[in-house]
Amino acid sequence: MRRIPPIGAPRTTGPLVTGPLVTGTVVCAALALTLSACGGDGGGGSDGAASTASLTGRGPITFVTGKDRSGYLQKQLDGWNADHPKESVRVIELPDEPNDQRQQMIQNATTKSDAYTVLNLDVVWTAEFAANRWLTQIPKDKVDLSKMLPATVTTGQYRGNLYAVPSTSDAGMLYYRKDLLAKAGISAPPKTYAEMWSDCDKVQKLPEGKGVDCFFTEVNKTESITISAVEAIGSAGGSIVGADGKPTLNTPQAEQGLEFLVGAKKDGRMPKEAVTLDTEGGRRYFQSGKLLFQRQWPYQYALADKSDGSSKVAGKFAVAQLPGPNGPGVANLGGHNLAISAFAKNKATALDFIRYLTGEQSQRANLLATSQAPTLASLYDDPEMTKKFPYLPVLKQAITNAKPRPVAVKYGDVTAAIQGEVYDAVTGKKSVDQALTDLQGKLGPLTAQ
Amino acid sequence: MTGSLPKRVLSYLGLAVVAAYCLAPFYWMAVSAFRRPQDQFDNSIVPTRWSWENFHAVFSGDNGFGRALLNSLVVAGCTTVLTLLIGTFAAYALARLDFRFKNAVLGLIVATTMFPGISQLVPLLKLFTDIKWINTYQAMVLPSLGFALPLSVWLLTAFFRQLPYELEQAAMVDGCTRGQAFRKIIIPLAAPGVFTTAILTFIAAWNEFLIALSMVNKKEMQTATVAISKFTGVSGFDQPFGTQMAAGVIVTVPLIAVVLVFQRRIVAGLTAGGVK
Amino acid sequence: MTTTYDGTPPAADTAAAGAARPGGRDVQGTKRLAALLLSPTLLVLALVIGYPVLAGFRESLYARGEGLDANGFVVQGERFAGLDNYTAIFHGDRGDAFWNAFGNTTFFTVTTVVLETVIGVGMALIMQQAFRGRGLVRASILVPWAIPTAISGLLWRWIFQADGAANAVLRHQILWTADGFQAKIAVVIAEVWKTSPFIGLLVLAGLQMIPREVHEAARVDGAGPLQRFRRITLPLVRPALLVAVLFRMLDVLRMFDLPAVLIGVNQKSVETLTMIAWFEASNLRYGSAAAYATILFLYIALIAYLFVKLLGADIIGEARQHSKRTRRNRPVKGRRKKVTA
Repeated sequence: MRRIPPIGAPRTTGPLVTGPLVTGTVVCAALALTLSACGGDGGGGSDGAASTASLTGRGPITFVTGKDRSGYLQKQLDGWNADHPKESVRVIELPDEPNDQRQQMIQNATTKSDAYTVLNLDVVWTAEFAANRWLTQIPKDKVDLSKMLPATVTTGQYRGNLYAVPSTSDAGMLYYRKDLLAKAGISAPPKTYAEMWSDCDKVQKLPEGKGVDCFFTEVNKTESITISAVEAIGSAGGSIVGADGKPTLNTPQAEQGLEFLVGAKKDGRMPKEAVTLDTEGGRRYFQSGKLLFQRQWPYQYALADKSDGSSKVAGKFAVAQLPGPNGPGVANLGGHNLAISAFAKNKATALDFIRYLTGEQSQRANLLATSQAPTLASLYDDPEMTKKFPYLPVLKQAITNAKPRPVAVKYGDVTAAIQGEVYDAVTGKKSVDQALTDLQGKLGPLTAQ
Repeated sequence: MTGSLPKRVLSYLGLAVVAAYCLAPFYWMAVSAFRRPQDQFDNSIVPTRWSWENFHAVFSGDNGFGRALLNSLVVAGCTTVLTLLIGTFAAYALARLDFRFKNAVLGLIVATTMFPGISQLVPLLKLFTDIKWINTYQAMVLPSLGFALPLSVWLLTAFFRQLPYELEQAAMVDGCTRGQAFRKIIIPLAAPGVFTTAILTFIAAWNEFLIALSMVNKKEMQTATVAISKFTGVSGFDQPFGTQMAAGVIVTVPLIAVVLVFQRRIVAGLTAGGVK
Repeated sequence: MTTTYDGTPPAADTAAAGAARPGGRDVQGTKRLAALLLSPTLLVLALVIGYPVLAGFRESLYARGEGLDANGFVVQGERFAGLDNYTAIFHGDRGDAFWNAFGNTTFFTVTTVVLETVIGVGMALIMQQAFRGRGLVRASILVPWAIPTAISGLLWRWIFQADGAANAVLRHQILWTADGFQAKIAVVIAEVWKTSPFIGLLVLAGLQMIPREVHEAARVDGAGPLQRFRRITLPLVRPALLVAVLFRMLDVLRMFDLPAVLIGVNQKSVETLTMIAWFEASNLRYGSAAAYATILFLYIALIAYLFVKLLGADIIGEARQHSKRTRRNRPVKGRRKKVTA
């Protein structure tokens, strides 16, 4: 940086540009040296060991995660670091956007850097990361999975082997306006689509029900529409990709599921602007009091119940299982799992740390501090917890019956294909049959093994 | 240049239109930043209840936003200084010297801006990992320098060319060396252009995100744009719109203030001693 | 002004470097000096852009293992694929997606660059006219350019939401952010707002560098305002304006983050070529991503070449100096002849 080339013209004295620029350069060089004196230790390309390498080595590690929302994570780490001074954990925070998180983790794996040790993975990334040998396989007898909800454990596995330990979970629930249902003389939330529509018709006849839309599930062209499709098709008893890893969209169940989404939009059961509403847009819509039934994640519960004026429905709603065509429907599974990078050092420490974060004490504290759904079954029945989070019993049932999104090594391509076809069907650009046929065709090569 | 009254009124009206065009969306951003989080999505022209809550949130505890602003300043400042220095050399050669392949050099320089930035990311990351530059300023400054140089070189060349060579020639006849003539004659006259180039370079480096995100994994080294990308709401899907808008105001306003203060001084300083 | 102007043809002007020193040594000196002055720039560009681009080009000729082995692991290693990554872009569904993105990219380039140029030049002329408050307005037009794209993308996304400010002002509900033509308009509006100050600033800088005497001489000669703009102002700021427009074109042809933040990825109506390259890379098809980047490069290079050919035979200035010289023709004494080829 300081090598400023001399001016080559013979007998030219004095630099071309003096004063501020040169001073600035010197200051820059000095700054770069002093301020980054502590830096420069992040790299080091240890050769990527096979993903089944043994979990050995103890020492400092890093925990790579999207930014912690509650400020509570640091407390948990402080607890660990106090007990393990020689195996301290440093947090590497990634952007809030899941796509950015995945990209950073993949970059780290592509460069085989040992900078990342424990990865906080979205449940749908497990297959891709495991198949590319970016994760270290975790022997099942090294972690206690028996107390976890089985559906969550499945998300950490690839081809029967464990690569990630479930730390938090998530599943869709039906939010409904209990005040409006009561006014219309309805005592229980709907279990089927038909009940849901007839309840809605009754409510819309009330004076209070004027301008209230029936139902909303996300149909904007993002990961959300994939989730809506998985839930709709799953509720009809079908699936997008079957147990054998092949697409199953040529079934009557798949058609019935997609018909529900398309019909809800076409028949005006969903708000006009549904295709532009994201998760937060849906929450605002519900909180503005303009929605009777809504498929939404648990996070909305506390926010919609706030009495600071931001929500018009505080105290006026409750949650239930999602409805289906012929009885209760099926929710989709979200959440995060903890995995160990294949290129990391100190994997024994990493495993201990994962056990610590997924243990009962940590999960209980985390639920209380962040309201993120735990993976341990016992916490859902704990009276202290259910008092603070009244939706836990409903959520437990939703998670227990939930279906995962397609397990695919090329998940990014799979979900893009689903998003495109389902969106075209919902917006009426394609018939349901055409969309399903096209999707079946596209998913075939993507899921071939 | 002293226009008649209606002409003056017209020119002020024009200024007002320009300012309104540029500032209206920014006004919306500022207003959104000053709303209380619970009124975040109101459409009222002024906040119903003013609040600093979003600004507090930006600087709250573990965001490290103050440090991130400092890092951004270092990275963007160094990039600007180096770009101007190196760029001025190159532009002088392109504007004032005669050599073969000049157009080829110009073409080569501009060609480097024709690749999408993402294609440079992974190879650079591999390189910087190998030479242990991860978590350093130079890992952010050097790529920014590469991104800024083509535009700067072309602009400076155009600005220098805009000034007649005969000006320097006269100075050299008077006994100045080539370098002195350039520094004392051309730089002052080209000051508005040089200053504008500096502003554009600074802003581009200040707003760089992808490289800064990938090359740094330590919070103490992250820049402001990276810090903003890590803002979160209170829970999983909750978008921290107000905080992000407040951060937008915070990274933009000082920039404008600095430009306001400096544009007179720098331009005046550079112009002083010129022949004009 | 005490300067002198010569009447020699423009080509000789660039040889003026030789003016100060005699003969053959001079050619060598000039060459050495040029090489010295250019080398830092070229070195940085070679390292930061050249090396990754070459690495990328090599990558585009290879394909990464995609199949799975018996245990479900991705087959490792890469194989030489020749031009497969390139030809695949033009076939089947991917071909449709490519041409769609190609159309979007071109549409965004044409609409935004034209609008930006008109608005930017207008801004600069207005600011040039005013003598008070110019500094303040000049700083304020920086605001759109200075806001980080990710943030201004969010701001516009909120403005264009179904219940956002745009619809409140229009008193009409348009679903701007849904995939469709209106999404294109939203992107164009946000992009033009953000980048017309770039052109405005550079044109203003060019205007400020025009010696006042030139305008006054023209005024004395009886030229009207429109004539002065066309005959004097425009030719004089032309180099700066052309460079500004050229770089805007290069930028918008690679547009990525604004549509991604404002509307989203994988949206047919706003998907650009860079967004496809991004999608390919993020799904680990680095070879294919590099092929898209190379094709985009060829397209951009073609457009830049045509632009330079059509609008400024030598964009960097001969044209301008020429126009200036035709107006002034005071001869200069002792002017040295061109010495290099």
